[in-house]
Amino acid sequence: MASMRDIKRRKGSIQSTQQITKAMKLVSTVKLQRAKQRAEQSKAYFNCMYETVASMLAKAGGLNHPYLKTGDSDKKAVIVITSNRGLAGGYNSNVVKLVTRGGFKKEDLEIYAIGRKGKDTLQRYGYTIKYENADIIEEPSYVDAMEISRRLLQSFAEGEIGEIYLAYTGFKNTVVHEPTLLKLLPVEAPESAAQKQETGSKAMMNFEPEDDEALDMIIPKYVTSLIYGGLVEACASENGARMQAMDSATTNAEEMIDHLSLMYNRARQGSITQELTEIIAGANAIS
Amino acid sequence: MADDNRNFMLKIITPDRVFYEEEVSMVEFNTVEGEVGIYKDHIPMTMIIAPGILTITRGDEVKEAALHAGFTEVLPDKVTILAEIIEWPSEIDVGRAEEAKARAEERIRENAPGTDLARAELALKRAVARIESVRE
Repeated sequence: MASMRDIKRRKGSIQSTQQITKAMKLVSTVKLQRAKQRAEQSKAYFNCMYETVASMLAKAGGLNHPYLKTGDSDKKAVIVITSNRGLAGGYNSNVVKLVTRGGFKKEDLEIYAIGRKGKDTLQRYGYTIKYENADIIEEPSYVDAMEISRRLLQSFAEGEIGEIYLAYTGFKNTVVHEPTLLKLLPVEAPESAAQKQETGSKAMMNFEPEDDEALDMIIPKYVTSLIYGGLVEACASENGARMQAMDSATTNAEEMIDHLSLMYNRARQGSITQELTEIIAGANAIS
Repeated sequence: MADDNRNFMLKIITPDRVFYEEEVSMVEFNTVEGEVGIYKDHIPMTMIIAPGILTITRGDEVKEAALHAGFTEVLPDKVTILAEIIEWPSEIDVGRAEEAKARAEERIRENAPGTDLARAELALKRAVARIESVRE
């Protein structure tokens, strides 16, 4: 049996770890509130954007626009949104798994990494990192999303890449986060929207300028908004995941401390009993 | 002007917030095809926005904002503007806008190889819109 001093030391160390996990949990709770609010505020924009693009595509059904078909190149760009710091449970590895098990060929992929963790892992696996930016995820801004989408669309227009994907963690609610792999380009017409259009719930929409040009201008905005949405949701999910991980870490620490306290008390009682036995035995021997 | 029936719903949304949501009588802004003014019962239309000043008329009250990019969906009784960037005059830093204007003009004048002229022009238009919306 471990000595009393060993148990005490171990208990102390677990207690200080618990204090750290507790503090981290509080911090991520606060951050989560903020990120969640942001994600909710930007929802209105995306829903509207989505509906507009969907109705446009439904109308422009047979249009032969470059943004609507796969490029000539076999290369595929994947934007991978992860966090800069760990201790968030399976958050980062789940996103990385989307890429490694997504049925892509390693040589065909170009990774646009946002967040250090995903970049490090994918680099170690031997993927090509085309672009990286770790700071964006701390404080996602629309301007950052614009910059990334501009780069990607340029490569797409120049025929360097044929498809663009976005790998991020969708934020459903505080406890449910879904790693999601989304195809940004070529744009696929969402089916539900097309059906809605058929039932005639919406008046016929006119476009100014005409379809082709309008697509030219709206698709980049659509892609940007999806990237921004990904960033904001990933940020909320990261903090949510960290909050959960830290919560269970705190609970586990509590359990360990309870167990160690019991062991410590037993050891102390054991030593007292032993001492008494020795004294009594000694006294008996004298008399 | 007190005719409430001529009002329609104007909603301006940015990625970060709902910028404006109010019943208004008229809204004017720039599109890539030119300046437009919209009253109630406009035909359904989607337009792409060009940098310029957005003017909201509500009864006798007139409000302005600098609108830089985005697009708008017009329906007979509702107008939704999806703005990528939009600012009230009070949020604009005139000094910075002046600097940006000078920088953009410089770039266009020099027209050095490798300059993205379309981007410089867009930057210039944005700066001008900002400055004008504060002046007025």
